[in-house]
Amino acid sequence: MSSVADFKQEQQFETFSYLPALTSDEIRAQIQYIISQGWNPAVEHVEPEGAGRNYWFMWKLPFFGEQSVDTVLSEVEACHREYPDHHIRLIGYDNYTQSQGTSFVVYRG
Amino acid sequence: MAKQYNAGVQDYRQTYWQPDYVPLDTDLLACFKITPQAGIDREEAAAAVAAESSTGTWTTVWTDLLTDMDYYRGRCYRIEDVPGDDSCYYAFIAYPIDLFEEGSVVNVFTSLVGNVFGFKAVRALRLEDVRFPIAYVKTCNGPPHGIQVERDHMNKYGRPMLGCTIKPKLGLSAKNYGRAVYEVLRGGLDFSKDDENINSQPFMRWRDRFLFVQDAIETAEAHTGERKGHYLNVTAPSPEEMYERAEFAKEIGSPIIMHDFLTGGLTANTGLARWCRKNGMLLHIHRAMHAVLDRNPHHGIHFRVLTKALRLSGGDHLHTGTVVGKLEGDRESTLGWIDLLRESYVPEDRSRGIFFDQDWGSMPGVFAVASGGIHVWHMPALVNIFGDDSVLQFGGGTLGHPWGNAAGAAANRVALEACVEARNRGVELEKQGKEILTKAAQSSPELKIAMETWKEIKFEFDTVDKLDVQNR
Repeated sequence: MSSVADFKQEQQFETFSYLPALTSDEIRAQIQYIISQGWNPAVEHVEPEGAGRNYWFMWKLPFFGEQSVDTVLSEVEACHREYPDHHIRLIGYDNYTQSQGTSFVVYRG
Repeated sequence: MAKQYNAGVQDYRQTYWQPDYVPLDTDLLACFKITPQAGIDREEAAAAVAAESSTGTWTTVWTDLLTDMDYYRGRCYRIEDVPGDDSCYYAFIAYPIDLFEEGSVVNVFTSLVGNVFGFKAVRALRLEDVRFPIAYVKTCNGPPHGIQVERDHMNKYGRPMLGCTIKPKLGLSAKNYGRAVYEVLRGGLDFSKDDENINSQPFMRWRDRFLFVQDAIETAEAHTGERKGHYLNVTAPSPEEMYERAEFAKEIGSPIIMHDFLTGGLTANTGLARWCRKNGMLLHIHRAMHAVLDRNPHHGIHFRVLTKALRLSGGDHLHTGTVVGKLEGDRESTLGWIDLLRESYVPEDRSRGIFFDQDWGSMPGVFAVASGGIHVWHMPALVNIFGDDSVLQFGGGTLGHPWGNAAGAAANRVALEACVEARNRGVELEKQGKEILTKAAQSSPELKIAMETWKEIKFEFDTVDKLDVQNR
């Protein structure tokens, strides 16, 4: 039994939450992926107790047609500065499938 | 001028072979692979297949003259060589849409794969593909919810989902079974699954299983903060018992149930799919018995046809094979039927075994499920082959982890997310797979030990049912 490790339970946040926190270069790469898929980037945030809800607070509006990784990243950062205790997630809205192409938490509150 | 009645037997080709026929957009088209008996020529055997699967019988009957046979008969309109195989050929047959009841996959298959498959003039017969006209597709209910709605219900975006069939597949008590479910879900899987053999046996009756599993789901959701599900198998001896189990699953709050569409039957499946749409339940579809029908290259029904039958009859998930695991499945051919499950329009592509353009209109797509003998080392290839709209199911590859189910689940989840993250950065998964997993394992001891455990396991047998290609 000494060779068996105990599994420590933690709260998780869906996609990418089982990886170490993404570096800013890795986040930039994911934003570039959202843009190159033709999706519309969007930022949402919520107080930690509300994480299970479908609807988090939108940060402004989705950035329709935005092509600049820098702009999207700066909006993520601005949202984080405004709500430092909130979870913040980045979404890629896919208007063709009428779904979210991706969604992952960038900052945990 | 009206025809006169002449009793007797005439060649099928006189009525059912019509090479100048141009199929209508509303015709249902079928491609059969015919292996004829010795001495029967191509046109006659092909015409016989058209006749016996539509309006014909072996002799002329006077009642033929009471209807417009030209309107109702199926016609063989083309014959082609099979690349690389002289023993058989393809026959293309067009059926008028009014031969079939609206919204009834059952009725279509009773005609197309009915008596004709026992017909003496053919030694063997295989239904390779069917083009369902959009006019017919629109009469079918289809998947209860489809890919987009399921993602929204389950809150899973930007990656394949992960599942696991609970093992041992027979013999666990309900409470111990629920423990296994809880462990895989808390470790990081999105779904667990009843084995198809689990219905309601003496060792674990369905009601006990449903209650303990639901407890496991709710506890895992509370402990992870993520949405979870377990495919509760409602396949039952009779439709009444099937619906009773489905109603109970809904009552206790389960998000998803499961059905075996071939052993349970297409009528039961279509009814259950309609019930699921009405009651907000996702529907996972297993395919026990498919290999009996689809594995022989000369006889039976190709899996791409069974795939179309299921999408029309209804299901939100369908098992498709893994390409890389322990079960049969040619890569290009699998890519073909994955497209048929998920896309809204699939063009003819012989390199993937697709014989017809298929327009699905607004019919929702179905998640492709890859299950059977896969483990973390297969993850890069699986993500590359199946893409995001899939459920990757690791049974032994989760439960067989040296540290238990939760650790096995976490190993798979870390491997999956590492592959998706790398793919999005533009990394070629199947070339760089080892590097991606090795890097991810640096921060996940669960993944590291999983990689050591399954390092040497491969399933490299030749495929029995290959695509027909010229190889001489």
